Amino acid sequence: MSIALPARLKHLRRLDTTAIVFLALIVVLVLSAILVATVGRNLFSPGSIRDILTGMSVLGFVAIGQTLVILGGSLDLSVPYVVSLTSLIAAQTMSGETGMVLPGVLLALGVAAIIGLANGVIVTYLNVHGFVTTLGVGLMLKGYLDTNYQGTAGEAPWAFQLFGATGIGPVPVSTIVMLALAGLVAFLLARTSFGHHLFAVGGNAEVARLSGVRTRRPLIWAHVLCSVFAGIAGLLLASRLGVGSPTVGVQGGYDLLSIAAVVLGGTLLAGGRGSIWGTIGGVAIFAVLDNLMSVLQVNPFLKDVVRGAVIVVAVAIYSRRRLVARRERFTRSGEAAPVPADATSEGGSR
Amino acid sequence: MSAAERGLTDPSVTRPVETPAAAPAPGGLARLARAAISPRGAVYLLLLVLLVAVAILNPSFAEPGQLVRYIQRVAPIALVAIGQYFVIVSGEFDLSQGSLVTAQVVLAGTLIGQDDAKVIPVLLLLIVLGTVVGIVNGLVTTFLKVPSFIVTLGMMLVLYGGVMWWTGGAATGNPADSFREIGRGGVDGLPVIGLLPWAVLVLAAVVALAAWLSKRPFGRTLVAIGDNASAGVFAGASVWRTKTAAFVISSLCATVAGVLLVGYAGVHPSVGRGYEFIAITAVVLGGVVLGGGRGSVWGALAGAFALETLFTLLNFTSVPSTMRDAIQGAIIIAAVAYSGAAFRARRKRPTTGLGAVADAGAPGPSTQEPPGTSGPDPTGSTPSSDPAGTAAARGEQKKENRS
Repeated sequence: MSIALPARLKHLRRLDTTAIVFLALIVVLVLSAILVATVGRNLFSPGSIRDILTGMSVLGFVAIGQTLVILGGSLDLSVPYVVSLTSLIAAQTMSGETGMVLPGVLLALGVAAIIGLANGVIVTYLNVHGFVTTLGVGLMLKGYLDTNYQGTAGEAPWAFQLFGATGIGPVPVSTIVMLALAGLVAFLLARTSFGHHLFAVGGNAEVARLSGVRTRRPLIWAHVLCSVFAGIAGLLLASRLGVGSPTVGVQGGYDLLSIAAVVLGGTLLAGGRGSIWGTIGGVAIFAVLDNLMSVLQVNPFLKDVVRGAVIVVAVAIYSRRRLVARRERFTRSGEAAPVPADATSEGGSR
Repeated sequence: MSAAERGLTDPSVTRPVETPAAAPAPGGLARLARAAISPRGAVYLLLLVLLVAVAILNPSFAEPGQLVRYIQRVAPIALVAIGQYFVIVSGEFDLSQGSLVTAQVVLAGTLIGQDDAKVIPVLLLLIVLGTVVGIVNGLVTTFLKVPSFIVTLGMMLVLYGGVMWWTGGAATGNPADSFREIGRGGVDGLPVIGLLPWAVLVLAAVVALAAWLSKRPFGRTLVAIGDNASAGVFAGASVWRTKTAAFVISSLCATVAGVLLVGYAGVHPSVGRGYEFIAITAVVLGGVVLGGGRGSVWGALAGAFALETLFTLLNFTSVPSTMRDAIQGAIIIAAVAYSGAAFRARRKRPTTGLGAVADAGAPGPSTQEPPGTSGPDPTGSTPSSDPAGTAAARGEQKKENRS
């Protein structure tokens, strides 16, 4: 819509990317509300809001972690298997007993942290590309899951299932926890040396190193946090399903969808630029679209088509905008820049 | 060993082992040994070891007929890996390959049916679809500046969802036997090997074409752009045209793989699933660097063969089939870590400390080995390829400085 109005676009350029994501979210919300109204339903009814927020929480947890890793210039494709594994560990440790909830949660998150640590150490010390590392680690986890589990296992006690089932008004507790953790991570990124170093390493590792940043540490922490967040998503799924499932992560497609949500939220896939709140906006856009398509009873396969198209179109609009913004920063004259866009983008990290 | 070496009846596969492009050491055997443990040669060594291991565990594997069947089985993965090579070496990703294979298989099954007359038109349609997918991937990546990871991820969702939606989720229909013959049949009644499958011939043709292309100015430009796009542009290369061509090649390779797969895997929505990651694994195993600018077609091909041989080996041992993935995961990490470490070690040899910086100034022995290309072509290709090749070498040093 907005690209049809060039004057409007000029205005948008000065906005922060996160603001644009939320602007896009509002546009999506309004359009969805109108479309939902045509079939005689209300998008803002408590039930519908609960559906949307519930849909946000699992992908939200995974995407927060994924944002950290992508900001650091890496990638995590192992998240779906971490999600499945933690759901199994938690459900099996608890095995229906309320007293075992805390040990189950701690054990699941501990295992997730160890997986993240392995990812981080392989990426930083063995210098293996994050894509290859996490693809490999993911495959190893998949092999372990397929070998040891034939189907669902364990049982989450009722007290633990409440975590996924209760809500304050129409807002589920899990979404509140997700947003609180997003706020915590946003604080980490904005106010702590970990956050600043992560941005620096993601923008240009060599410049960060020459500036005295220990380049390995923030990236390892980002990987650990990413896996822990995937673990929280696994716990939430275990609480919702009441059991642990070896396929729940893969069925959700959390690896690629979380990366898509992060990029949709305005974070550069190459790292060094982006924000948590943009990611949350991206996740919300996905959730609203999903809800819209469910209400309109769109064929589930057609949903994938729409999702794919939305991802590409949205990112195309952002990357055009960012491109223009960058060029301005370099040559005041604007169009005279002879350097191709790729070169500008490489030097563009402040 | 000789049996296994003979195993690659496709002479092209063994050739790079015998003629390592620019190993400086004199003496045939020492040169061969050094090339074999070098990051580029390691995959051939791995392949050889795996082939020997399979041949020992199952002696009938070394029979000519069995070997040809083995190549037939690897053909689809090898084709997809070769396509992926062109995209990865140019610095991009193609995640849409697996979905494209699925789409082509389902389309062929649904459209051809039992009507022999439709084989040629549908085949043309598949090729057109493959080309269009490649062009869209390439143009959106280059003109709209969307990361190819996202573009091809979107394409993957659109293709898979679209085909499933169109067929209602259950792909049915078996294409006519004349179509399946491409993947299943072959030239029968040959003296030593018996049946020479079409798949092997198709693979040989594609490999020859790909090897030829990678020696052409196009191939050189692709590597140069993958390494350092701005250097490539200064050398007169057109980034969008080259990268789009790479995406088209990748999609066409996936199309051919799909046509072969219809033959012996049949029509099913799960055919082709995960092929993009298998292809990327194979390519990376073959020494091609993610991010572009380094690697060769032969490496990618050997990577695909090594991966499939590994799976064959696991089938013969008592390892449960579900552990295949775990072993694949461990191998890919180890291979990339090894080649990275070996590459850095060689880079640092001439000087201590900031060796890479010194390299950039004075071309030492290590700079004589630009990655995928074996240096500027001495036989003299068109002038435009030469600056691109130099740019590739220069960009590579820049990359080393950064890491």
